[in-house]
Amino acid sequence: MSTLKLVLAFVLALVLGSGAALAQTPRLGKPISEADIKAWDIAVMPDGTGLPPGSGTAVQGARVFAEKCSACHGEGGKGSPLAPAPLFGGAPLTSGIETPKTIGNFFGYSTIVFDFVRRAMPFSQPRTLTDDEVYAATAYLLWLNKIIGENDVMDAKTLPQVKMPNRDGFIIRFPDKI
Amino acid sequence: MEPSIRARQELERLEVVAGNGLLNRRAFLRGGAAFAAAVTGYTVAGSAAAEPLKDDPWSLEMGAVTPPLQTPSRFEKHVVRTLSNPNNELRNSHARTPHHLLNGTITPNSMHFSINHSGLPDIDPAKHRLVIHGMVRQPLVFTVESLLRYPMESRMAFVECSGNSAPMFSNQPVQATAQALHGLVSCSEWTGVRLSTLLDEAGFDPKAKWVIAEGADSLALHRSVPMKKALDDAMIGLYQNGERLMPGNGYPMRLLLPGYQGNMNVKFLRRLKLTEGPAMSYYEGKIYSQLLPDGKAYRFHFLQEVKSFITHPSFGLKMNGPGYYEISGIAYSGNGRISRVMVSADGGKTWAQAALQEPVHSKAFARFRAPWRWNGGPAVLQSRAWDEAGNAQPTRAEFVAVRGETKEPVTNLLAFPNQHYNSITSWGIGSDGEIKHVYA
Repeated sequence: MSTLKLVLAFVLALVLGSGAALAQTPRLGKPISEADIKAWDIAVMPDGTGLPPGSGTAVQGARVFAEKCSACHGEGGKGSPLAPAPLFGGAPLTSGIETPKTIGNFFGYSTIVFDFVRRAMPFSQPRTLTDDEVYAATAYLLWLNKIIGENDVMDAKTLPQVKMPNRDGFIIRFPDKI
Repeated sequence: MEPSIRARQELERLEVVAGNGLLNRRAFLRGGAAFAAAVTGYTVAGSAAAEPLKDDPWSLEMGAVTPPLQTPSRFEKHVVRTLSNPNNELRNSHARTPHHLLNGTITPNSMHFSINHSGLPDIDPAKHRLVIHGMVRQPLVFTVESLLRYPMESRMAFVECSGNSAPMFSNQPVQATAQALHGLVSCSEWTGVRLSTLLDEAGFDPKAKWVIAEGADSLALHRSVPMKKALDDAMIGLYQNGERLMPGNGYPMRLLLPGYQGNMNVKFLRRLKLTEGPAMSYYEGKIYSQLLPDGKAYRFHFLQEVKSFITHPSFGLKMNGPGYYEISGIAYSGNGRISRVMVSADGGKTWAQAALQEPVHSKAFARFRAPWRWNGGPAVLQSRAWDEAGNAQPTRAEFVAVRGETKEPVTNLLAFPNQHYNSITSWGIGSDGEIKHVYA
């Protein structure tokens, strides 16, 4: 080994040595199993990953909605003073940059509806609906927006297959940041 | 008498560098009679004399108790955040920072803006947990106490709601203060633990491209964050301007993503799940995807782009006669440091470079200042910022050409007709000294 190589090796050892010292971190996190995280692991992905067992139709969902949702969202989702925005319809997105966004005119994925209803609704009692009720309410909202039929069964397999009208309406603003 | 060499030099520094009385930004570094003469048109000796001085009552008696937690003077009671939902109805709540009543580059914690989508959770830090799981070798749970033992770093960073300045999408200028227009951005020194440290400890799969960050609020608000950002400058924020986070800013911990849209800086952070794809959550799939004039929408607009606005003078403040004023405001960019701010007093016809308060931090507020001699006539004040990446704050015309504006004037200042507005703000000053919000 030449002198130069020896020097380089020495310098390298120093650098790596100090690097290793810096990489020492406290390691104070406690190991946990995915099974023990399940209660918090509620995000549903656009491909349906994370959807629970269960099912529901719009017909069933109409009953769930009337009982659990209409107090704020109005009869049939038309809105109320508490939550004025209608949950269906909506003007074409070319109507102006302030066009209200709805499930029908804007949402790119059906799973957003299920995920948000399950995690956040009813607003004052989140995560109290059964999975069947969430599937039914989701089916009802999709039906209100004329995206599925009244008796179409929504479950972990069928829901992610629902093609949303505005699925291709998005431009990724900063692809280089992903 | 001939002015001395020094006085002549001072006068040279006071050169008018742009239309309508904008002075060289170095002028205020030098004081003296020549400065006063140049900016007011009067000599010091010629000014009306001040009243004789006397003791006021507070100078003649012992003062009040020194409290454990101090609050501002009773004479500053008007300096507060404005609220969108003071009765805590079942919906979101905003509190806006009074920029026109503050100065400097740090937002006091009591006045940091706050948006809560389902109220403020009352989190017991002894029971709060942060879990990291998904595409990792070993899922890990951290307590607050354990994170407080980690190596920390402090950094300045602004946090801005991407709906900040939304009233400026209005096709007519809305008459409102900088607080009402731009109050959903604030800047703090944040202290916490680098997220990359914790991700390293959990042993992340290199195939993981996203981190789903979720809060402990009742909505369990969640956003998808690119691993690129998580491994870059992301932090688990624990302290804000030296004290533990305010509840409205995420107590006991939040995700801090310097320069990225506020909503992604998930508060009350309790879960980070590493995944291959994004969650397409409600907030990224609906609320924070911006509709464009052609009906398409931007998705994953992460960055809060280069922006500035003048806070002094501005709507809601009063001009006190012609003479010297300091034009001052805030500039920031999610891309890095502010490199330059130009100001105009004639609606953008001519520009003068403003002085930047040093040090200028990356992805943080830069305070700019420019001396101005108001001649008492109509003026339109504007500021325009550039960042170190070379991005220029767009003019309103440039911005509207790409992003559009509303068809009808915006009447509800609390509404969000669209998101990510970063164009120029113009304050029109009339001969009567009244300040209006104008488009120029």
